[in-house]
Amino acid sequence: MRNPLRSEAEAFRFLMATIVGALVIAGAAYVNRWLGVAAAVIAVGGILWWLRDEPIPGSADPPRKIAAETPPGTHRVLVVANETVGGQALLETLGRIAQPGTELLVVAPALPSRVRHWASDVDGARADAERRLQETVSHLGSTGLTVRGEVGDDDPLLAIADALRTFGADEIVISTHPEGRSRWLEQDLVGKAAQRFALPITHVVVDLDAESSRASTGT
Amino acid sequence: MAAAHAEHLEHHGPPAPHYSSRITPGVLGMFLFIASEVMLFGSFFTAYFFVRVVNGVPWPTPPFHLPIFVAFINTCILVTSSFTVHWALQSIKRGNVWGLRAGLLLTFLMGLSFLITQAIEYSRIGFNTGDGAFATIFFCLTGLHGAHVFVGLSILLFMTIRAFRGHFSAEHHHGVEIGGIYWHFVDVMWIIVYLTVYIL
Repeated sequence: MRNPLRSEAEAFRFLMATIVGALVIAGAAYVNRWLGVAAAVIAVGGILWWLRDEPIPGSADPPRKIAAETPPGTHRVLVVANETVGGQALLETLGRIAQPGTELLVVAPALPSRVRHWASDVDGARADAERRLQETVSHLGSTGLTVRGEVGDDDPLLAIADALRTFGADEIVISTHPEGRSRWLEQDLVGKAAQRFALPITHVVVDLDAESSRASTGT
Repeated sequence: MAAAHAEHLEHHGPPAPHYSSRITPGVLGMFLFIASEVMLFGSFFTAYFFVRVVNGVPWPTPPFHLPIFVAFINTCILVTSSFTVHWALQSIKRGNVWGLRAGLLLTFLMGLSFLITQAIEYSRIGFNTGDGAFATIFFCLTGLHGAHVFVGLSILLFMTIRAFRGHFSAEHHHGVEIGGIYWHFVDVMWIIVYLTVYIL
C-alpha cells in the first residue's frame, strides 16, 4: 500500500483525491443525506483501493548494487554461514581461497524462530551464533589466517550489507545446508546476493549429517 | 579509485549511518507525528459518532443553525492555500526563489484568513460550548482543527521568514517539503470535518 504522506507531492495528490471524493459526497448529500452517507462510504473505499493499487515509487527499480573496496595489496573474504559455520566443506574451501595475508570476516546471522523474531526474543539465538562463531574463529585462527567474527542480523542479506559497510571485501563465501534442508536456499539467498552485491560469490554446501556419519565411521 | 582508497583510509570514527528505510528520518518523524494526529482526530470523531448516531442527537439541534455557506468559503480558502504551498515547493525545486516566497506568503495569508473567519463565525454562531452535546462536539471538532491550523501557520511563518532570508535553494528545501506535508494534512482533515459536521 502506498503511503500518501511520503512526500509533499504525494500529500498533494492525496488532497486532490480527497477533494474529488468530497465533491461526490456533497453532491449526493444535496439530493439526500443518506445518499451522501452512502457516497462517503464508497468514496473512502475508493480512495483506500486507489492507495492499495498505486505502485510504490522506486519499488520496480533494480536494487542498488553495493561494491565494497579494499585497500591495495590486501585480500579480504566475507564468510556468511549459519549452523554450517564449522563444517568441513566450508573450512576446506576457505583453506583453498585464503592466501598468506588474507583477512577473513566470518558473519554468523542469529537464527531465532519466527515467533521469537516477532517477539524480539533473539538473545538465545545470538548466544548460539556467538558460540558457533567462537569455535570457528579459533579453528581458522589456528591455521594462521587473520580472522575475526561477528554475529549478524537474522536476515542474511542485511547481515552481508551491514558487514560490507565496515569490511571492504573482495569476495563473499556463503555457506548453506544442502537443497531441501536450507531455508536460505529456499529464499534464493545466493541469487539475491548476486543481484545486490557487485562481488564474486562462492556458494559452499555443507552437509553436516554426511560429515558426522563419515566421522563416526572413521572414513 | 585512488581517491576512493584515500577516502577509505582517511575515514575516522563510526561508519556513516545506514537507513534501511527509503524515507528520510525527517519525513518519517513528520509521518509519525501525523499518524498520532490522525488518532487524536479519530477520538473526537468517535465522540461525534456516539453523540449523533448512537444517541440520536438532532444535528444541528434546533433552534441552532450552522453557517454552511461561510464554512464553504472558508473551505475554498484553505483548499486554495494548499495549491499555493504546492506551487511554492515546485518553484524552489526549479530554483525560483521569488515563486517560493510569493507562494508561502499567499499560503500564510490564506491560512490567517481562515482562522480569522472561523473566529468571526464562532462569535456570531448563536450557541456556545455549554448548549448541549451538539454544540460541544461542534466546537471540539472545529476548534481542534483550528488549533492545527494555528500550528500550521506557525510553521508557515518560520518557513516564510527563512524563505525571505534565503535559506532555501533548488538543492536544499527540506523545510518546505515537511511543512507542505503538514499543511496538506490539515487541509484534508478540514474537508473531512466540513463534510461530517456541516454537510452530512
